[in-house]
Amino acid sequence: MAKEHVKAPVDRSGTPLVSLEDISIAFGGIQAVDKVSLDLYPGEVVGLLGHNGAGKSTLIKCLSGAYQRDSGTIRIDGEVADIGSPSDARRYNIETIYQTLALADNLDAPSNLFLGRELTTPLGLVDDAKMEAETRKIMARLNPNFRKINEPVSALSGGQRQSVAIARAVYFNARILIMDEPTAALGVHETAMVADLIKELKAQGLGIFLISHDTREMMDLCDRVSVMKNGKMVGTEKVEDVTEDDILSMIILGKNPVREAA
Amino acid sequence: MTDATQAPPAAAPKTGLAALEIDTRLLGMIGAFVLIALAFHLASDGRFVTPRNLFNLTIQTASVAIMATGMVFIIVMRHIDLSVGSVLATCSAVMAMVQTVVVPDWLGAGLGSPLIAPIAIAFGLAAGAAIGAFHGWLIGYLTIPAFIVTLGGLLIWRNVAWYLTNGQTIGPLDQTFQLFGGINGTLGTTWSWILGLIASVAAIAALWSARRNKVAHNFPVKPLWAEGAVAAIVVGGILGFVALLNAYSVPERVLERRFEAEGLTMPAGYSEGYGVPISIVLLIAVAIVMTVIAKRTRFGRYIFATGGNPDAAELSGIDTRMLTVKVFALMGILCAISAVVASARLTNHSNDIGILDELRVIAAAVIGGTALKGGVGTIYGAIIGALIMQSLQSGMAMVGVDAPLQNIVVGAVLVAAVLIDIWYRKRTGARD
Repeated sequence: MAKEHVKAPVDRSGTPLVSLEDISIAFGGIQAVDKVSLDLYPGEVVGLLGHNGAGKSTLIKCLSGAYQRDSGTIRIDGEVADIGSPSDARRYNIETIYQTLALADNLDAPSNLFLGRELTTPLGLVDDAKMEAETRKIMARLNPNFRKINEPVSALSGGQRQSVAIARAVYFNARILIMDEPTAALGVHETAMVADLIKELKAQGLGIFLISHDTREMMDLCDRVSVMKNGKMVGTEKVEDVTEDDILSMIILGKNPVREAA
Repeated sequence: MTDATQAPPAAAPKTGLAALEIDTRLLGMIGAFVLIALAFHLASDGRFVTPRNLFNLTIQTASVAIMATGMVFIIVMRHIDLSVGSVLATCSAVMAMVQTVVVPDWLGAGLGSPLIAPIAIAFGLAAGAAIGAFHGWLIGYLTIPAFIVTLGGLLIWRNVAWYLTNGQTIGPLDQTFQLFGGINGTLGTTWSWILGLIASVAAIAALWSARRNKVAHNFPVKPLWAEGAVAAIVVGGILGFVALLNAYSVPERVLERRFEAEGLTMPAGYSEGYGVPISIVLLIAVAIVMTVIAKRTRFGRYIFATGGNPDAAELSGIDTRMLTVKVFALMGILCAISAVVASARLTNHSNDIGILDELRVIAAAVIGGTALKGGVGTIYGAIIGALIMQSLQSGMAMVGVDAPLQNIVVGAVLVAAVLIDIWYRKRTGARD
């Protein structure tokens, strides 16, 4: 494997941006997430790996407010954060890009970008012209080929839809970004675009949780990777300390070869 | 936009008809209405397209059309409301009892007091809102499917209305209250023209401010001639509608009786037009308010977003459960407004008021292009849908079609309209 890790080292001496401490959640007797702890520092990309059903998405949904954890503490900047709903998470500048692309297909890009946070006129009516202008501005930066501003997003390609979802996170100044398989539905070119964007956002000091099945992509984009199996955390390692094979064996066997060899 | 039928913006400047940017679906529905009207006109030896018949058509349409605007929101949110006819009956029964028993006897205001109509209407609106909100709570918070809640409501509220009045027909209703019914309350020719002019000026102002807003953000705008043509069509439509309703003259004997009542004799050759019925003014007001809600408020935006993708709406921080309560409460209020119009038109409250209205209302919304899959629908579509349904019904009655056959035709038209809608969406590539 080509060692091209010219990543700037992440400063982990300060307070973590996010601390998940002993998070647990069960669904009907099945322990989906079992006392999992994980940190995220500013300017860091932490990858979450594991089989389907390992609990990655469930863990991250506790942070995004989509699920309410049964126990455990979430700290943002060291302070205990009270996150019980998606709008709570937004108050902490946590933005999520879901695997299923949480877009309303019948609405156009500006309506989706501002969904739940519409710009309004002084009379309190939604200001479509203003939202369209803002959408055009941010799209010119993120995806200059984006033209179909006034069409329902159902008419857009996977990459265009993804850029609407990402634009939403960028526009509202996310500090913590959660990306659940952001490239799963994309072509090669669009995947590269998302990868560039992740690097740019990281350079701006955002903390990013990235969920993916593509180990190689994770080695390239992440600073640390965490592997989950059956709701438990197998281990969290810096990417420069492990090989792709190490990660695969963590995923499959649920054991941490780095620690066990030491 | 909330309207999925919008034409995609073309890169090249449009010429001819395309430059007008008129919704093709709207044109299609107006075309269907014109065809139906002409067909009945020919079949009835020229009795359909007359001021008298069109006047009657509008006042017969008002009650169903008002409720159909609310049904658009319900169906857009992927719900259904089968109870609107029965809720209308309960609201009507509440208002009938308030104006004949509660205010005159219990409060001692006496029959004919000017307080009667406003108090009765306030109670009706409150009853409608409460019933609707209760349905919405059962659906949104207790997650009982809307079909079941409102199927139950269909039976419950029909018979609550029966208990409220002991099954009696209550009438005649208060004179002021009757003004909302149609023929008993019209603006007269002068006020109708004034209303038409105000509406025309408002329409032009709205078109102008929309254009200015686009220019301010450097968005492409239509050529000026196209903007002018649209304005001319709109103003022509408004003033033509007023002229039509003004052309229906009050029958001579009615005028004579009115003069006699004041101890005067009618001057020879005196005539008076009815003008715009107050129930139609009410319908227009409802249509404007509902359109603004749909297109320009967060509430409306969230209704369409929830219909398009409920999960996305929830993840965006929208409280979809409370939204459900609000949408059904709004439906209840519209049922109450329709109850005012319907009972005032009949001049009494009877047990069978609003029977089968739920089906007419749903049919109007669906003919008007509201997709049962949710997320798509327009207020103007539902109103034109109601007008088309009523035209078919009264047109067939006019040419003497047997009653059973009338319903067979209406049923077939409903199914055919949805089929045409499916084809239309496929051809335009819009979401179905």
